[in-house]
Amino acid sequence: MTRATGPLPDAGRRPRDEMRPPQLRRRRRRKQAIFRWIVVALVMLFFAIPMVALLDFSTRLRNGTRNWVSWQPIVHLGSDDPASVEIRAGLVNSLWLVLVTVLIMLVLLVPTMTWVRLRVPALRRPMEFISLLPLTIPAVVLVVGLAPIYRIISNALSISSIWLCFVYVILVLPFAYRALDAGLDGIDVKTLSEAARSLGSSWTTVLWRIVLPNIRSAVLSACFISMALVFGEFTVASLLGRKNLQTAIFIVGQGDAKTAAALALIVLAFAVVLLFVLSFFATGRRRQNQG
Amino acid sequence: MTAELVAPAPTGSGGGRLSRRNLAALLPTLPFFVFVAVFLLLPTIIVVVGAFQDRYGGFTVHNLTILTTGSVRSAAWWSLSLSALSAISGGVIGGLLAYALATAKISGGLRRVVVAACSVLAQFGGVMLAFAFIATIGRTGMVTALIRSWFGTTIDTTWLYDFKGLVLVYSYFQIPLMVIVFLPALDGIREQWREATETLGGTTWVYWRRVAGPILAPAFISSLLLLFANAFSAYATAAALISQSNPLLATQIRGALTNEVTADTTNTAHVLALLMVIIVSLVMTGYAVLQRRASRWLG
Repeated sequence: MTRATGPLPDAGRRPRDEMRPPQLRRRRRRKQAIFRWIVVALVMLFFAIPMVALLDFSTRLRNGTRNWVSWQPIVHLGSDDPASVEIRAGLVNSLWLVLVTVLIMLVLLVPTMTWVRLRVPALRRPMEFISLLPLTIPAVVLVVGLAPIYRIISNALSISSIWLCFVYVILVLPFAYRALDAGLDGIDVKTLSEAARSLGSSWTTVLWRIVLPNIRSAVLSACFISMALVFGEFTVASLLGRKNLQTAIFIVGQGDAKTAAALALIVLAFAVVLLFVLSFFATGRRRQNQG
Repeated sequence: MTAELVAPAPTGSGGGRLSRRNLAALLPTLPFFVFVAVFLLLPTIIVVVGAFQDRYGGFTVHNLTILTTGSVRSAAWWSLSLSALSAISGGVIGGLLAYALATAKISGGLRRVVVAACSVLAQFGGVMLAFAFIATIGRTGMVTALIRSWFGTTIDTTWLYDFKGLVLVYSYFQIPLMVIVFLPALDGIREQWREATETLGGTTWVYWRRVAGPILAPAFISSLLLLFANAFSAYATAAALISQSNPLLATQIRGALTNEVTADTTNTAHVLALLMVIIVSLVMTGYAVLQRRASRWLG
């Protein structure tokens, strides 16, 4: 039908033909809007139900009434309740792990990436390839190879969970690399550093006072994504027999599923805030670059 | 090992003095490459070598015979079909959601919120997700309880801890991942292409069949491959949901690692890990190739 009216350049019908597409488009727009809201609503419902269920599950008693007893071990984190002790240990480990992982990640990546850009551009591709490699090596595979290495670490250093930071740097590497790479792409590292060098600053000054402040938002987003990943890490910690927040949730869940549900909800809410901030950061930055 | 990595750099520089300067320039990159060599490349090498080693360290291919055992074969089948099914369900539903978002205004509130939510949820695997679904449709879950109070029937909830349950739970992080990886491709579609189709007399069907479909196909399939690899490498969710048995390759590694101390003589964990790495690398290579193909039109 459209085919018949479409390509005829008849003078009398021309205005009407030009009227058609906007009309059609408006109708399509309306249809698309309805489709959009239905799809978004259904999928969002699917996303929301398990979260609501966590809250419901953690407060509902078998006879149908509600209370917050299961939240007690979390609210009174300092108590002697076995669940509290477990959670506290896991939380402290995870906080330290986040801190140390982020520090090692920044110290390893920022100077090296800057240096490679400035002085050894031939290494950029290999470095990118290696940094993205962990995406193709599942964490559970890495654990198999890491087991003997961590046996050595246990003997040489200690069996403390803090040494997980080394693996965690590898796990966050692809994401942190991408964030920092985008940040460095956004500034002219070469000109900036040459200007600073010609004014007599050392490499440390260039890094600390020129590069770092300029890629602040990239550094922040690399930190946020690393934090989120480390807080959510279970595979390596549990298979290497170490303790962190996720293994604590798992262990608490074996005894008291309700407290574990409450804890999962809190950690999730925290992760949502963290990553929401990150995603708005990222879109804001991208728009700035485009504009 | 580090020397190997650093080696490609000085190529092209001929003179001795120049390459010595280049070597000095390489020095600051050493910490990074040493770190990666110890904690990424060495473990990978240990896996590959270990798969072909007997208990005394000698070379053997005997280990590979475990691939023919019933439990490994069924685990491989479960892993592959779970990854494929959750990739397809995530791909189709996530693809629809991404298309719905692509028709919205780019700076609109709806789109920003949904995309932000997806970037959060795509990371939301593991123990917490398993608990969330147990709280939803487990024996005393919210939906189970609602169905009981509304319809008076008690539904069977054991399927959650079975294959069907895994597909459902995995879809939870596959759908948002699909939105994130597929939305940029849909944004690359230009309104003018549709107008051009209409001007030439094409219907919506013709537009999808002959224009948008072929352009989007590589991006869509490459997204599916990424989802497949994502599901295939996942461990924590399945491990937390099904702790009594090891139905997937990833959880079989858990079993092999815990048995290692006692009686394992065939480096089972290494062989399984090698199998996983090979499959994931193949899939990811396909992903990269198709991604390049997709960027031809949707750059």
